[in-house]
Amino acid sequence: MSMKPLLPLLLLTGTVVAGTLLIDSVVVPPFDRAETLPGGDTTVFDTGKNALALPSATLNDAQRTEFVIGNSFFKKNWVEAPSSTTARDGLGPHFIARSCGSCHTEDGRGAPPDFENGLQKEQPVALLFRLSIPGKDAHGGPKPEPTYGGQFANDAVSGVQPEGQVAISYEEVQGRFADGEAYTLLKPSYRFTDLNYGPMHPATEVSPRIAPQMTGMGLLEAIKESDIEANARRQAEAGQGIKGRTNRVWDAYAQKTVLGRFGWKANVGSIAHQSAGAFNGDIGITSRRFPAEECTAKQVDCRKAPRGGKLEISDKILDQVIFYSRTQAVPATRNLEDPRAQRGRTVFYQAQCAVCHVPSYVTGDFKAIPQLGRQTIYPYTDLLLHDMGEGLADNRPDFLAGGRDWKTPPLWALGMIPVVNGHTRYLHDGRARNLLEAVLWHGGEAEAAKQHVLKLSRDDRENLVQFLQSL
Amino acid sequence: MVLLRRTLIAAALAGSLFAQAEPVTPGAVAGHYANLVHAGYLDSIQSAKAMQTSIEAFLAAPSEDTLKAARQSWIAAREYYGQTEAFRFYGGPIDAEDGPEGRMNAWPMDEAYVDYVQGKPKAGLINNAKVKITREVLVAANEKGGEENISTGWHAIEFLLWGQDLSADGPGARPASDFVDGGKPNAERRRTYLKIVTQLLVDDLESVAKAWEPNANNYRSKFVADDASIQKMLTGLGALSRGELAGERMEVALASKSQEDEHSCFSDNTHRDIVNNAKGIQNVWEGHYKRADGSELSGPSLRELVAGKDAKVADKTSTDIANSLKLAEAIQPPFDREILGKNSAPGRKRVRAVIDALKLQANDLVQAAKVLGIKNLNTKV
Repeated sequence: MSMKPLLPLLLLTGTVVAGTLLIDSVVVPPFDRAETLPGGDTTVFDTGKNALALPSATLNDAQRTEFVIGNSFFKKNWVEAPSSTTARDGLGPHFIARSCGSCHTEDGRGAPPDFENGLQKEQPVALLFRLSIPGKDAHGGPKPEPTYGGQFANDAVSGVQPEGQVAISYEEVQGRFADGEAYTLLKPSYRFTDLNYGPMHPATEVSPRIAPQMTGMGLLEAIKESDIEANARRQAEAGQGIKGRTNRVWDAYAQKTVLGRFGWKANVGSIAHQSAGAFNGDIGITSRRFPAEECTAKQVDCRKAPRGGKLEISDKILDQVIFYSRTQAVPATRNLEDPRAQRGRTVFYQAQCAVCHVPSYVTGDFKAIPQLGRQTIYPYTDLLLHDMGEGLADNRPDFLAGGRDWKTPPLWALGMIPVVNGHTRYLHDGRARNLLEAVLWHGGEAEAAKQHVLKLSRDDRENLVQFLQSL
Repeated sequence: MVLLRRTLIAAALAGSLFAQAEPVTPGAVAGHYANLVHAGYLDSIQSAKAMQTSIEAFLAAPSEDTLKAARQSWIAAREYYGQTEAFRFYGGPIDAEDGPEGRMNAWPMDEAYVDYVQGKPKAGLINNAKVKITREVLVAANEKGGEENISTGWHAIEFLLWGQDLSADGPGARPASDFVDGGKPNAERRRTYLKIVTQLLVDDLESVAKAWEPNANNYRSKFVADDASIQKMLTGLGALSRGELAGERMEVALASKSQEDEHSCFSDNTHRDIVNNAKGIQNVWEGHYKRADGSELSGPSLRELVAGKDAKVADKTSTDIANSLKLAEAIQPPFDREILGKNSAPGRKRVRAVIDALKLQANDLVQAAKVLGIKNLNTKV
């Protein structure tokens, strides 16, 4: 006889009204000490500025050396070619950032530019803008804007014009909790100014994307595909209006269409593709699978600028950056066992957050880095796409993701962002100024969950936030 | 009476009449550390000012001779700055959120952002007549876009004094005529640039030294009263040993085998950077620093603090730190030639030996921290 552990029974003591499960009908799974170690054996213990920059706890010495080398090429600036430091030249010609680390600061999360007296203080760095026009490219992905390409570059090396500048403005949106307390959200609008290569296509679609924290990426890659597909099936069978879907995306490494799990729209299938693609699109570094600079036919100065070698990052160094990106550790939770965080945890389940922010997985075998395999992890994501409503929509499809779809982002390490990055900006473009605002932006499939939160007492709202901050 | 006898025994054991009788306290160690840090920065300021004098003499009358003297003064000043890097990595005055480290010592240098490079004769701020070269402009340029462009600091000065290192086995060979009107275009702008970045470096060093001045309401006064100061000191040593020096500065170069993937690439002075970093670690651990004027500063040390709880761990750490320094001194310049060839090449073996020794000492420091009740010392790896 098999000794499978029994799943906690979902006791339906309430009634189902208009497809919404009533609160008292949800049984909250009992707290498991393993939840305090969200990266399983790979979890690290650091609560300072370095908390997101550490290698997985179980790496051996040779792997730590790989990590250090990858870290160097992730963090150090790339410089204009030609340069004495030949391994590190090739920046641009167009670029958004000079290094991976300038957006993923301290391996954490980026923020939109600061404002002072209503004026945008600087050009965004950690917030980039994907561009496309209606239609699909050869692999079923977005069709690049003909003059400016797939991504807007607001910086360039000397002698080359940047594509232009980004102007951001925010409009206040007022709302009220059921108890009468008012809140304000910031709704952003984005404009491109000083366009140096002429007007953009009239039907240009724009998607703002902030640089997320690098935490536990390899563990997410090690989640079994069947588990992600099971999430979609379970949600569909529950029939409560939450119906996550997988994205299917082109992968330059696999040279085929694969399950998407990274990026804000699950628009990337592997950390390898993500790393090489970001080097190319964000920093202007070419590599074997992304050999061409992002200069369109109309960008003559960009096409003529000197190169940092035929391929600006070698396979070997790129592999080390990929290794680094896969092995950044997840920090242990802080104060998760505090009664208030525990109450917040209960609220989290009762509000149905856990339907999409699926708490736990056991990772599959992971050949490249065996230590990431067979770990019990707590990322709080289903890695699926959901219609999140009009408020968050970018109206720019990305492979199978629609204009209102976003992937459920993992919640681990979110509570460390204030310490590591000195800010509390969340969501795909950093519009939310704190975790509660991020919750209040939820709509579409998450509308019922948001309505639940709006009806919470002030105490329970704070408890919910405390739970999220402990992750 | 008992106390007196103990004092005499301790003094006899230490071989010095000035040895302290009382067991070393964390407060005393932090206090002496603050003295040592302050002295280190004062020496760095003094040597940087000597460099400034030489650079100004060169700018007043550019010639190969005055250029040579300026280069020598840069190398001399790096001897002291290198040792101060043991005071980094815990968010102290040098590398706190708004600390000047990035402006002073960031790497790699964005050469074409500053001046012409081979194949780009008009590159750089110096050759861009639209940009006025002022202190404010250079400070702002360094922070453009919320990240460093690296247009100031030690390596910007180094680049201006030596120029691109295009030879396989020697340093850069910028001619003095780059700074003479009628020679290379924009000589005057180049002179202004060098003058400003040199002044900026001296000013930044002074601001850091001020934060460590005694008898003031500053970082130092908080540091010596802080329960976490011992952990900060050890974090500085651990992170410099493992993550920074062994990892970032040596393993990366050893793996990439790339020419000029070294910090002082224009001057080929990286081998001394390594020695001075290793020396800086030893200074802090042993509570001992030989100042620029030849005087010696000694006092309550981390070593003694650890020895009070576990003499074996303290001794092993001292031995391994001394060994790293000895091995570092054996690296032959230029560093970027040492890293070439097969793993069995003598140069690579010498570099590998220093890396291994530094890893060992980093483990020792983690152990030493445990002895003092610090559970997870961060070594950046």
